[in-house]
This record gives sequence, C-alpha cells and structure tokens, in this order.
Amino acid sequence: MSDPNLSWSNQHFDVVVIGGGVVGAALLRRFTLEGAKALLLEKAPDILDGASKGNSAILHTGFDAPTDSVEHWCIRQGRKEFLDIHEALGLPLVKTGALVVAWSKEEQQRLPSLLEKANANGVDDVRMLSRAEIQQREPALAPGVTGGFEVPQEYIIDPWTTPYAYLLQALCNGATVTRNSEVLEGSFDGAQWHLKTTTGQCTADVVINAAGLYGDTLEQRLIGRSAFSIRPRKGQFVVYDKAASALLSSILLPVPTETTKGIVLTRTVFGNLLVGPTAEEQDSREDWSTDSQTLEMLHATAVRMLPALADIPITATYAGVRPATEEKEYRIRALADQRYVAVGGIRSTGLSSALGIAQYVYNLYQREIGAAHKAIAEPAIPSELPQISEYGPRLWQAADNGGIVCHCELVTQADIDRALCGPLPAKTLAGLKRRTRATMGRCQGFYCTARLAALSEQHLDEPIAEHYE
Amino acid sequence: MNKEVAIIGGGPSGLAAATTLKRLGVERVTLIEREAQAGGIPRHCGHPPFGMREFGRVLDGPRYARRLVERADKLGVDIRCSTSVVSLQPHGVLTLSDNNGQSHLKAERVVLATGVREGSRAARFIGGDRTRGIVSTGALQSLVYLEKMRPFKRPIIIGSELVSFSALLTCQHAGIKPCAIIEQNPRITARLFALGLPFVRGVSVMTHTEVVRILGDGRVTGVVVRNLNSGKEETIDADGVIVSGRFTPESTLARMGGLMLDPASGGAAVDQYGRTSDSRIFVAGNALRPVETAGWSWREGVKIGQLLAEDLLNEPADTLPECSIMVHEPIRYVVPQRIRLPLSKNNLGDVQLRVSRPVKGKLFVKINGKMIWSRRLHSLPERRITIPIKIFSVLDGGEAIEIGLSE
Ligand SMILES: Cc1cc2nc3c(=O)[nH]c(=O)nc-3n(C[C@H](O)[C@H](O)[C@H](O)COP(=O)(O)OP(=O)(O)OC[C@H]3O[C@@H](n4cnc5c(N)ncnc54)[C@H](O)[C@@H]3O)c2cc1C
Ligand SMILES: Cc1cc2nc3c(=O)[nH]c(=O)nc-3n(C[C@H](O)[C@H](O)[C@H](O)COP(=O)(O)OP(=O)(O)OC[C@H]3O[C@@H](n4cnc5c(N)ncnc54)[C@H](O)[C@@H]3O)c2cc1C
Repeated sequence: MSDPNLSWSNQHFDVVVIGGGVVGAALLRRFTLEGAKALLLEKAPDILDGASKGNSAILHTGFDAPTDSVEHWCIRQGRKEFLDIHEALGLPLVKTGALVVAWSKEEQQRLPSLLEKANANGVDDVRMLSRAEIQQREPALAPGVTGGFEVPQEYIIDPWTTPYAYLLQALCNGATVTRNSEVLEGSFDGAQWHLKTTTGQCTADVVINAAGLYGDTLEQRLIGRSAFSIRPRKGQFVVYDKAASALLSSILLPVPTETTKGIVLTRTVFGNLLVGPTAEEQDSREDWSTDSQTLEMLHATAVRMLPALADIPITATYAGVRPATEEKEYRIRALADQRYVAVGGIRSTGLSSALGIAQYVYNLYQREIGAAHKAIAEPAIPSELPQISEYGPRLWQAADNGGIVCHCELVTQADIDRALCGPLPAKTLAGLKRRTRATMGRCQGFYCTARLAALSEQHLDEPIAEHYE
Repeated sequence: MNKEVAIIGGGPSGLAAATTLKRLGVERVTLIEREAQAGGIPRHCGHPPFGMREFGRVLDGPRYARRLVERADKLGVDIRCSTSVVSLQPHGVLTLSDNNGQSHLKAERVVLATGVREGSRAARFIGGDRTRGIVSTGALQSLVYLEKMRPFKRPIIIGSELVSFSALLTCQHAGIKPCAIIEQNPRITARLFALGLPFVRGVSVMTHTEVVRILGDGRVTGVVVRNLNSGKEETIDADGVIVSGRFTPESTLARMGGLMLDPASGGAAVDQYGRTSDSRIFVAGNALRPVETAGWSWREGVKIGQLLAEDLLNEPADTLPECSIMVHEPIRYVVPQRIRLPLSKNNLGDVQLRVSRPVKGKLFVKINGKMIWSRRLHSLPERRITIPIKIFSVLDGGEAIEIGLSE
C-alpha cells in the first residue's frame, strides 16, 4: 500500500531487520555501512510507530545502568558513536547536563551510593552539589531541594529525526525499507530464511528481530518459542509551553528507585519542557492512552518541583510504552545455527544505546555467525533531513519556505513538502507530525488542521479529512 | 505623522485599529497577518450574525471579514498577509517570517490583535487514545468553510458555550450529524444555545457529564462519559470529537517576549489604554481576554486606534503612576488589570469581568479598603459584566483597588 513498488519482494538479502523503531533503524544503518545487503520490514504504515514514538529524548550516559551489563556497554558505545556522527548527519544535540536532586533525607542518603555507581560505570565527571549550588544553577527550583549531584554529560536529542536519519543514511547507501509489511511467518531451511509478510516475501541469510513490544511474539513465530516475554510498561508525559524552557537549564532527574528512573523534568530540543514518565505495568502492547488523574498528578509533581509552571499553559500530553521484559537487562542473543539474532527488551534507554546495540549485534554476527562483508569506504550522507530542533536553523528563517503552515511550531510548507515527498515519506498524520512537528504545538491543530488536511490530502494512507458535496 | 504603527493580526480588532489610525492621519500603518487572507476568525464562521455595529446590517462571517478588509485596504493600510510575527523584541522590533525567510520590522507602537483560540484536548487533560478525528470548533470551521472537507460524520461535541452552537451549525452545513453534546456543568452555558437546542434533532444533551476517555485506534471509535450525579459511565458510539470553547487568548508573542501576563485572563496584563508592561505595545480584541464577540472586539480596535493616534504624539509613557486591581473568586478575571493615571477620555472603555460560577449578590469596588461603588449582580459564567471606568477618576495613584462579590 504505502510502498507500491514491491521491488524488495522475492529478493534475497544478507540481513533482514524486523522492526522500524530506533533499534531497527540503527541496525539497518550499521549492517548497510558494513556492506551487507539489508532490508528492514515494518508492520505499521510508518516507521517509529512503536516504543520509539514517545520517550523522554535524553541521551543517557549510563551512570545509573546496571554495571557491566550489555545495556551499559551499548549505552556507552551508542552515545559515543552518536557524538561522533551527529554533526555530519545534522542531528541536534543540546548539552544540558543533568542534576540528580534529592527532596528528602532518605533520598539524600542514597546519593553517595549512586555517585559511586556512576564512577564504577565509567562516568567519572559526576560531582556532589550542595543545596546552595543547586539553587544557584536552577533558581526556579522549589526551595525543598536537599542536595544532589551533577551528571554533566546527560544531553537531550531529537527522538524522531535521530532514528529517521539512521534510516535515511541506510537508504542512501543501498538499503531497503518497507512499511505495512508485518512478518507473519518465517522458517529457516538450514541454508536461508524464508519470510512471509503482509505485502510480499523474501529470503535472507540472517534475520534480526528488533520488533520491540512484539519481540517475544515474533520470536515465537520465527523459532517456535521465546526466550523472553514482554512486560509492557507505560510512561505518560505532560508537555509545557515553550515559555517553560526558560525555567530550567539542566535535566532534572529524581533519585531513581529499583524499578524506574522516576519522574524527570527536562527541556526538549523542540524548545518545550516536559515532565514524565510514569512507570505503569500493563498487559496491552497497544494501549498508548493517557488518563486525566495521572496527567494531573504529573502536573502537580512538576509544579511542586518548579512552582512557576503553575502559570504556564500545557501544550500536549502523550504516553510511551517500554518493551520491558521479566529481566532488568537487554535480551540480545544470537542463535548461530538458525542464523537468528534477537534484540529484545530494549526498554528505557534504546534511544541512547541504539548505535551501540547495532555495533554489539554486528560483532555477534561476525563472531557467532561468521559472516563478513566489505564495509562501504565512504558512506553517503543523507540530505534534507527534517530541521525541527529549536536549537538549530529552521526553514522559516530561510527563503522559499512557502510560508508558515503550523504557526505554533513554525512549520513551513517546505518542511511539509519535504516530509511528504522526500525519501521514506510520511504516510500517516502521526508520521507527518514526527517529521515536522506540525499540530504538536500549543494550539494542537486549531489554526493549521485545515491547511494541513489540504496539503497532505494526496499523500496520507488515512487522510485528515475528506471532501464532501 | 511619519511614525510607524505595526498591528499584529488581521481580525476584526486589528483591522479596526488599523483603519482608525489611517482615518486619524497616521501615515504608516502596517498590518501583519499570518494567514493568506486577513479577516480573522469570522473568515470561517459561515453563519450570521456579524456586522450590526460596524455596518448596520447582518452579514455572515466571511462577508463581514471581506468588508472589513476592503475598508482597511481603501484607506491605505499596508496589509501584509502570509507573514507571521515570530517574536517581539524590546523597542518595538518584530521578527517576521514569510516566504522570503526571516526579516525585522521596527515600529514606534505595536498592537497585539492576535485573538483567541479554544482550549485543546491536551490542555484539558482529557484522557484516552491519541487518534485522528479530535478537533476544535475553529479547526472544524476552517475545514468545512475554507476547504470543504470534513474530518468525521458522527462526532460528539464537548462544551456548550456559544461557540459549541457554531460547531453544531458547521456540522449541519457539512452533513455531519453530531450525536451528543457533553457539558460538565449542571446547565448549558450559552443562553442562545439552550434556547435553540430543543430544535436540533438526534443530538442528546448530556449536562453534568464529563468525558472520561476518548477511544480510538487510528481514528475515534467512541467516547466514554461519566454522569457526575450518578457516577455512571457509558460509551457513546462516535467517530469524532469536537473540543469546543474554553477560550484562551493567543498570547504567545507576549509571553515569549517577556511582557507581563495575567494568568487569570490568559492575556497580557494591560492598563485601561490596553497598554502592556512594555509601553510601546498595546493589545486589542480577544487577545485581551476570553472571549467577546466580533463586534465588541472591533470596537476595542477602534478605541485602540484612537488612543494610539494620540499616544504617538508623545514619548512612550513609562513612568506614570498606576494602581493594580485585585480580584478573587468567584470573579475569574478582570480587564484591565491596572489603572494608569491620569484617566483620559480615550480608553478601552468600561472595566470587564467574568465570573467562574453562577452568582447572585453584590458586586463592589473598594479603594484602599473603602467601598466606592456597588451594584446587584446576578450572572452566569461566560456572561459579560462591566463596571464604569469613570468611577476610577477618584484615584491619585498607588491605591489598592479590589473588586469583589458579596453573596
Ligand atoms: C516513557 C519512555 C521514556 C523513555 N525515555 C528514554 C530516554 O530518555 N532515552 C533513551 O535513550 N531511551 C528512552 N526510552 C527508551 C526507548 O524509547 C526505547 O528503548 C526504544 O524506543 C525501543 O526501540 P525498539 O526499536 O526496540 O522498539 P520499537 O520502537 O517498538 O520498534 C519495534 C518495531 O517493530 C515493529 N514490529 C513489531 N512486530 C513486527 C512484525 N511482526 N513485523 C514487522 N514489524 C514489526 C513495530 O511496529 C515497531 O515499529 C524511553 C521509553 C519510554 C517508553
Ligand atoms: C472557533 C471560534 C468561533 C467564533 N465564533 C464567533 C461568532 O460566531 N460570533 C462572534 O461574534 N464571535 C465569534 N468568535 C469570537 C472571535 O474571537 C471574534 O469574533 C473575533 O474574531 C475577535 O477578533 P480579533 O481581531 O480579536 O481576533 P481574530 O479574529 O482571532 O484575529 C486574530 C488574527 O491574528 C492573526 N495572528 C495571530 N497571531 C499572529 C502572528 N503572530 N503574526 C501574524 N498574525 C497573527 C490570526 O491569523 C488572525 O487572523 C469565535 C471565536 C472562535 C475561536
């Protein structure tokens, strides 16, 4: 449907990556750059429609990750690679730094052990701060802070353009991405994989499962059993008007508990401030709903920490769902004899670690499966990425932008054309939003819905509105 | 006079201010409008009544908007459409964006006439799924009247303010059949709406009811509502939601530009001349407060035009004495929020306020604790309430003004 050209169907690939989240995107990029002929299959009408569509957008250091875990390694390597490539790819990065703050005696007492852990995790620039130092750095903070420490290298990045750029770089170096293609079944005949999807079929030497919230069910489909089971964990957020971002400079992290990193206050690269996420266990993998009590609670929590937020309008609310499992670790393993790699349970750090995961998996692939390719000597760089960060140049500032369509987020017609007509074009309203930010601002579509409906009419699988007579 | 006035927003109030300034001989009046056409909200209100005050006859919104634009055009207002004001800087400098990219404009005085919008689903914390098919009345009107498109066929309408009635009319125009109107309060908010509703068939009116959750999977599939009396929940089968009313001034430029805001009205805090905390910047129309009619906003624009023509003769008034007005529950907001001395005859007009719940009692004004004015008040939320501005002529500066209600 969305990719009418089924040129990928009936072809053979070195590697097929199943899942178009941030993890799949990074995997496709890595394998392509290493010289493999790679295909990514995504079941949704657009990419980034699973766990990767809603997160806190923090580039973590891994200071609080389980020491010596695979997760820890992947975060460290992933952020390192991100820092190496983000400029070349034109990806925004805001070096906010983070403060872990305690609001009670109990929390205060837990700080030293967290600091120690950070050091053990190789994050050695963390530093204890007194109450006065914290207040000096963040004057808008409520007076109840008892103390904390800084993690200077926790940063914020763009949660959507980042994985999108990975995919675009894979594409311009020869990879294939197809959407609306759910992998229904697969079998390994001892020599190669046979995959059947809702839109076509193909064969592959190696299959990588990066199906996020469906990692376990996909594994079941492919190899008849699953080594892990997904325990979806929802996180709700409240986003404040851009005026709020002047109230806070660092990411404000709470003292984490065993099960969650806790409720964070952070700026976004889009110039907003957000509070969240919650950590709510649920059975459903498809329930992205918010509820008013939780939103009220988040708002109250945010106002308690940053009282000036009480007078700042609320822009948006959303929820993300983490693909957690029964264990507190990534579930990455290779089955050499079946030429299968599972990349499961990438629950709450996948945006930071994806490039590291891709390295880790490529190493496994070489080592366990014994495959080898000739890396592309000079990989192409994708052009015309979305320019949606408030901290970088925007098209409304440039000539021939076609005029602003979404007034709150200053999205021009040129931004929209790029998203609808570029490589891997948006096929849903949600996809269009993630590529442009249109309708995501304070008016939530009051001003621009009609214009957007007209501009996107011929492009979206499910149009915003239809003509009537 | 060769001083430039920039008016931001080409709705009734901005057009009125621009037209008046031209009439009074101000040469350089630039009106900046981000839409492709000026006219503001009435451009997509495809129904009467508009224009009684301005043209002495009843017009529908689009015709009314066109006539206001023609009048401004004829008088030589420089109307720049498809141009957005992106930010306000000190000293009357505006950052603009249009098809040519970014540019700047410096004006001697600036009028914010940016109007109101409705409160979004997110801002109201209405829970449930994130799906297509949830729109404000404004978005629905623009879809229907400007693009001839409709986003659904069987929506529910949340809210029962006057604008919800417009939502209903817009639906009828586009062959959309709303199935229910959900109002949280025990009664319908708008009088006209309450009178008209019994004549609309097929729409069930559910007062004292709140929306618990919107259901959907890509698009709206239903809405769960709860009756606040009985606590009973039910699911309404609907394919869309119109989130109407709960207006809020479009104060982005003021807020981001560091002007003092009034959290109660949601607009910039002003004196009786519509002057903000930056003495070069004024506000007119619904950007002042939620929400008035087009005619009222137009009249405020005229007044701002008149007083600006005079204000332009002087340096920006920075140092005049002033008194702030305090209000408390059940008074929801007051405009202006402060009185500047001296009280000259060119001003925005009477002090305006609204209550947050049905009230019955005595509305009073105290100055330094002493009652100077009162009257009986029996009112409902969203009804216009005014206090004569001239009662404040007794002020010397520095006094505390309190407006309250004894029930
Ligand atoms: C509330 C919250 C806050 C977070 N905050 C941060 C943060 O600040 N920093 C950070 O680094 N990380 C954060 N994360 C974590 C990060 O978002 C996740 O780790 C990451 O998105 C997981 O990506 P994924 O690619 O594994 O899964 P997904 O994004 O779910 O991708 C899997 C894809 O596979 C597709 N799929 C499933 N089954 C099939 C099939 N059979 N055939 C084809 N396709 C299929 C799905 O449609 C989906 O698109 C947060 C997560 C949440 C929920
Ligand atoms: C959905 C809806 C329906 C309504 N229906 C009615 C009705 O039926 N009858 C009635 O009397 N009143 C109605 N109103 C009230 C309406 O606000 C007034 O009729 C009237 O439009 C107010 O005039 P205004 O000039 O203050 O603002 P608006 O008419 O809103 O005009 C503001 C203008 O400013 C422009 N603008 C805003 N920001 C910028 C910027 N940064 N740069 C450039 N331009 C900018 C906007 O594009 C807009 O054209 C309705 C309001 C809404 C929201």
